[in-house]
Amino acid sequence: MFGYYVQLGVRSLGRNPWLTALMVMAIGFGVAASMITYSVFRAVSGNPIPEKSERLHVPQLDNWGPQHARSLGEPPEALTYTDSTALWKAHQARMQTIFYEVTLSVIPEHGGGSLPFNVSGYAATGDFFQMFDVPFLYGSGWSQADDEGHADVAVIGRSLNERLFQGANSVGREINMRGHSYRIVGVTDQWDPKPRYFDLFSMFTVNGMGDASEIYVPFSKAIDLKIDTGGRNSCGGASSLNAGWDGWLHGECVWISMWVQLDTPTETESYREYLRNYAAQMQQSGRFAWAPNIRLRNVTEWLDYEKVVPPESRISLIVALGFFAICLINTIGLLLAKFMRRAAEIGVRRALGASRREVYLQFLIEASTVGLAGGVLGVLLTTIGMFGVGLIFEPQIAKLAHLDASLVLLTIVVAMAATVLAAFYPTWKAAQVQPAWQLKSN
Amino acid sequence: MMLQIKPILSALRRHKAGAVLIALQTALTLAIVCNALFIIQQRVAHLSAPSGIDEANLLVIENNWASKLSKDDADAQQRADLIALRQLPGVHNAIASNSYPMRGGGWDQFITLTPDQTTAIGDPAVYLGDEHFLDTLGVKLIAGRNFRPDEIHPIANRENVMPPVTIVTKALADKLFPDGSALGKSIYAMSSTPTVIVGIVDVLQTQSLENWQMRNAYQSLIWPMRQVGDAYYILRAEPGQLAAVRQAAVKALYAQNRMRIINDDGVLDYAQIRQQAYDSDHGMAVLMGIICVVLLAITAAGIVGLTSFWVGQRRKQIGVRRALGATKRDILSYFLTENLLIGIAGVMIGACLAIGMNLWMVSHFEMARLSLMYVLAGIVLLLLLGQGAVLAPAVRASRVSPVEATRSV
Repeated sequence: MFGYYVQLGVRSLGRNPWLTALMVMAIGFGVAASMITYSVFRAVSGNPIPEKSERLHVPQLDNWGPQHARSLGEPPEALTYTDSTALWKAHQARMQTIFYEVTLSVIPEHGGGSLPFNVSGYAATGDFFQMFDVPFLYGSGWSQADDEGHADVAVIGRSLNERLFQGANSVGREINMRGHSYRIVGVTDQWDPKPRYFDLFSMFTVNGMGDASEIYVPFSKAIDLKIDTGGRNSCGGASSLNAGWDGWLHGECVWISMWVQLDTPTETESYREYLRNYAAQMQQSGRFAWAPNIRLRNVTEWLDYEKVVPPESRISLIVALGFFAICLINTIGLLLAKFMRRAAEIGVRRALGASRREVYLQFLIEASTVGLAGGVLGVLLTTIGMFGVGLIFEPQIAKLAHLDASLVLLTIVVAMAATVLAAFYPTWKAAQVQPAWQLKSN
Repeated sequence: MMLQIKPILSALRRHKAGAVLIALQTALTLAIVCNALFIIQQRVAHLSAPSGIDEANLLVIENNWASKLSKDDADAQQRADLIALRQLPGVHNAIASNSYPMRGGGWDQFITLTPDQTTAIGDPAVYLGDEHFLDTLGVKLIAGRNFRPDEIHPIANRENVMPPVTIVTKALADKLFPDGSALGKSIYAMSSTPTVIVGIVDVLQTQSLENWQMRNAYQSLIWPMRQVGDAYYILRAEPGQLAAVRQAAVKALYAQNRMRIINDDGVLDYAQIRQQAYDSDHGMAVLMGIICVVLLAITAAGIVGLTSFWVGQRRKQIGVRRALGATKRDILSYFLTENLLIGIAGVMIGACLAIGMNLWMVSHFEMARLSLMYVLAGIVLLLLLGQGAVLAPAVRASRVSPVEATRSV
């Protein structure tokens, strides 16, 4: 019987071609709009490090005071050099890293025709690699001894390694950046988590998106070499008359990100306590004229606080869902029209002994063929729409949205499920047709 | 026509489901279309905000030095670069700066009126430039004077020098001194050194177009400094010479010194800068436009579909009415009035939904309040759409001949 109903369903698609085409189009457009916006939303709101997102924390500290705060009562989003190095040296967390974005010019060794070029990355401390699960192709990160010894070491990314060394194992080779020579200790594999949760402070990683980082050097060495931040620097109006590099370094401008790994709630609590005590010390020493104001957010809380999901993405998702709802209401109406047009046919079938259940089954199957056709159109429109995503979102975000097998499947399933759901009321109405009444009125 | 309302209402009770569906669809469509149109208007207003500069003839080159230079070396290199650039055929003028309008972000500085004030009264964008700045960007000086060459100082990165003089935009001058007396007054950049306002320019857009900066829109100040080291060279070409200047400028810079880095995407004209800056506004407006059109089409199609079905279902009744003396006009106006009644119910719910949806977005996305004009326009649009959609089936209904009354279905 099932096969027969499917056959009937397919045949009925052709019976009111206009009505059918309208429904298929409504479902197709509705599901495509939802899927396109959903794919972008999915790309920007994913959990970038699920196994650790509850354990990695950002310490924040109010060094500007209540009257300077840009956002009411919230401490700045990054730390000063003074605070970050003090917290790092205290080593109160299992693992911890401080870092800032750098852009360095690589000067190719072999002179001749090759021009210098810029690469971006981070001046970080050694725990960076292990904390954020950076995958290595060759070698590894550097040790805490290297951090403390201000070593001339560097880790480079896969594509820089290909550009400079044709992909060979370059561990132990030298790289000249901004006139200074570093020994390569590791080559990372392609690593570019989205969103770039660990560095949401930098201005040019728009909404936590940006190109993969290609270079890592020790924080201590970068400070020695007076390498300026390639990211954001915010002074929050803090008076910093002490000019020049040293004045800036020891002033109240924030530009350094810090992360600590705390594996248990107890560790988290004691770190929070430590942070509060640190701020209290600053208050006692007279540096802060206000009570401790600290935060310790984990990855999930941090992404939420930094509003990583762009408003465009949310607004369009909401509008698209509303759009889909309208398409479904439309489909309910059209299915109702389509089914009730066949009241006479239903009456005959019922009079010949078909049960209500049979009528239900037949019409729901018919609806799902409409849903399937809508889903196929939806996949087609989604594919076209993917090319248009770049119109609305920053290119860094747009390139994350792509059509994969799971999205195709989801499109079809959502289209069919929604259509069947929409078909319940019309089907119920169809099953209510009284055999006797229909026969009589004819 | 009015006389028909009562029988229409009782007839509607016979097919409640269809009427409710059309009303609901109208309501949701109104809610979304109103908000979408409003978003379009906001975005279009945003992206057509003037920059105050001679966009058609400007070129920005991001120049980085490959190795670390001392301040004196960097200054000497930059002077040589600027001389070379200004001598190029087709170049009107050139400067080195820290930033440019619509760049997407950059230096902004809290401003106070007294040295001991702790709460800033402005957060303007800071542009560094020499005496050629105004001429290069094509910014109009409306009061006071330009910088004198002897007031210009080179500034290296992270140097925090408060210049003794500054030029501000009219928007900033009005914010700081609402009584219009800004010229000659001192301001403080959260420091104890005063800076005297010597000139006021008309319009100069800020670097960031983000929401937080929109509160300070057009509040910019220009400091008499040349940013040495990594900087942006801004060139103004003679009209029609931009493409030629683009070719020649990078070549001329490399001829001065090869140890520099100018990326391919580090050379931008204002068509490109504008496009990058307003990409999402433009895209959002287009997307909302497409959604409006498709939604209205789907809603119209739904009304056509359902009304056609009703007409088909009621051929016999229509025939009876015609046989009893109803004119074609009567039948036509019956269906139009029926649709109007459903439409009115729909737009009433829809208006509430539209306002509710907007209020929700206001609280979540820093959006502005929906103007009631949009709701009114949406109501008119949807009622007209409904009448238009119902016209074809209604005309078909009016053509039903009285003979139908005698026929079985």
